[in-house]
Amino acid sequence: MKKILEVNDLSISFDTYNAEVKAVRGVTFHLNEKETLAIVGESGSGKSVTAQSIMQLIPMPPGKFVGGSIIFNGEDLTQKSEKQMENIRGKEISMIFQDPMTSLNPTMTIGKQIAESLIKHQNMSKKAAHQRGVELLKLVGIPNPDVRINQYPHQYSGGMRQRAMIAIALACNPKILIADEPTTALDVTIQAQILDLMRDLQQKTGTAIIMITHDLGVVANIAHRVAVMYGGKVVETGTVDEIFYNPRHPYTWGLLGSMPKLDQNKDEELQAIPGSPPDLANPPKGCPFVARCPYAMKVCKDHMPEYTKLSDTQKTACWLLDERAPKVDIPETAVVGGTKVHDSF
Amino acid sequence: MARYLLKKLGSIVVSLFIIITITFILMKIAPGGPFTSERKTSPAIEKQMMEAYGLNDPIHKQYIDYLIKAAKFDFGPSFKYDGQEVTDIIKRSLPYSLILGAEAILIALAFGVLLGVIAAIRHNKFADYTAMVIAVLGISVPSFIMATILQYIFAIKLQALPIARFESFAHTILPAIALATTPLAFIARLMRSSMLEVMSADYIKTAKSKGLSERVVTYRHALRNAMLPVVSYLGPLVVSVLTGSFVIEKIFGIPGLGNEFVVSVTNRDYTVIMGTTVFFSVLLLVSILVVDLIYGLIDPRIKVTSKEAGK
Repeated sequence: MKKILEVNDLSISFDTYNAEVKAVRGVTFHLNEKETLAIVGESGSGKSVTAQSIMQLIPMPPGKFVGGSIIFNGEDLTQKSEKQMENIRGKEISMIFQDPMTSLNPTMTIGKQIAESLIKHQNMSKKAAHQRGVELLKLVGIPNPDVRINQYPHQYSGGMRQRAMIAIALACNPKILIADEPTTALDVTIQAQILDLMRDLQQKTGTAIIMITHDLGVVANIAHRVAVMYGGKVVETGTVDEIFYNPRHPYTWGLLGSMPKLDQNKDEELQAIPGSPPDLANPPKGCPFVARCPYAMKVCKDHMPEYTKLSDTQKTACWLLDERAPKVDIPETAVVGGTKVHDSF
Repeated sequence: MARYLLKKLGSIVVSLFIIITITFILMKIAPGGPFTSERKTSPAIEKQMMEAYGLNDPIHKQYIDYLIKAAKFDFGPSFKYDGQEVTDIIKRSLPYSLILGAEAILIALAFGVLLGVIAAIRHNKFADYTAMVIAVLGISVPSFIMATILQYIFAIKLQALPIARFESFAHTILPAIALATTPLAFIARLMRSSMLEVMSADYIKTAKSKGLSERVVTYRHALRNAMLPVVSYLGPLVVSVLTGSFVIEKIFGIPGLGNEFVVSVTNRDYTVIMGTTVFFSVLLLVSILVVDLIYGLIDPRIKVTSKEAGK
């Protein structure tokens, strides 16, 4: 499969009054054509910063590019000027955001908001862009698109707004769609609809998707590959089956373990990962997970583990995989029930 | 929409009634009367004058008489200026105040918004600090000091503009600037904070992620949303310009309505006090209504609520 995007050793910091917060510390991953990559992790793990830096949307200052590269179409996006990026945003790479209630301009009709990027990138006339807008709204499943296109965001429901956002993002047939927690602010039934829509559209258009989420249900539903982030680093990557059935990093175990299970007794407590994420103004020298890891060893504290290649697709950064480490089995809480994850949804 | 307007007009009438009543009571409580002066008038003459102007009637009769007359926009003759109707006084002095006020509001809006936007775009940079120093000065320096400084620099030192009176457009420049300073500074600060807030909103990020240039994002997406608080400030702005104008009118020797208003209070010229108060109130209430309507034009969300309220 052809790689469409490669992020190599990306580091981004933020200058705050007290200290420099190292939000992303050497993140490496890639995205293949036509696939969906899920980036999973809890709040503050650097997922959104990573996503926004692909679009070069991090405000600088306070943001600061520290190092690394983002290769798209053989060109490094971190070296592009603002003007060059304007021709990539919305045209080659698009983005949808978490909260559809606030990510549409309240004083502009949906039609105008869709038309903007068409007029800018495809030199369409206002009329043609309006026509295309109606088609796009139809594509994302909005009823009465020719009426709806002239309405304002407040006349749409939450789910419809996210559909409209998707229509805006897909207007110019981008090669990559970055979805930053697109379902977090929606209720569960709408979540499922939006995910179905994204999967359908991916099949129709062949757009590669980077899905940022902390919801493993979403991952199982839509992703082909997964990158697990913690403390500004990617701690484990693999195909969705590998992550769900053969996770090797204790943090991934923790994540899987904290998912509620169908066969769980109702008075059984939900599992959580004790402790809190590391302070990225003062990140730990070794593995970022060391303070919360039940298997932490002396070496974890001072040395960041290298990636261990478990298969062509799976890589895990954990000292437990070192040949000198004691052998630890996947804990029972992290074992995902019998059937394949895809089928259970 | 029609019902919404009707409802608003109804509330204007109620507000006016309350304003008239309170003004009437305050006016009667205040010691002295229109014919109190240094030189004693003979009791017989004073009695005759009180009789002629209906001031000997019981208070409730005066009040009801007044209400009826006010409803017909007939405020009666002035007690101080012989043979002048209150409506004549308003008609004569209003154009001066109106031109001055309109100029001041335009200046305040145009430069206030501009200054605020520049400050927000250049946040925490030199231009921001400069704009905010100007704004703080504008808010803290009273308009009468501003007026005298302007007169000193532009009229006396530079001899560029006339120092006082109201004869041509050039005469209006200094008083309009003096009158505009405080609201201008206020609008600049308001605009800056609202612009900063809007610029960090999610939909600005969406607009940027479409590949729109910084300029388009700022003017097409941010400005309109950031203007909303400024538009809602327009109502109070009209008031502050109107009531603030009497000081400026005094300093620049302009025979405007604000001046007339203040003089009438010191003269206890009951009919003129009531007439100008009612007139100012109408102006204020109507300007608030207009602001409401403008708000609906800018923000589509308001339009719907007003439609629903009108159902």
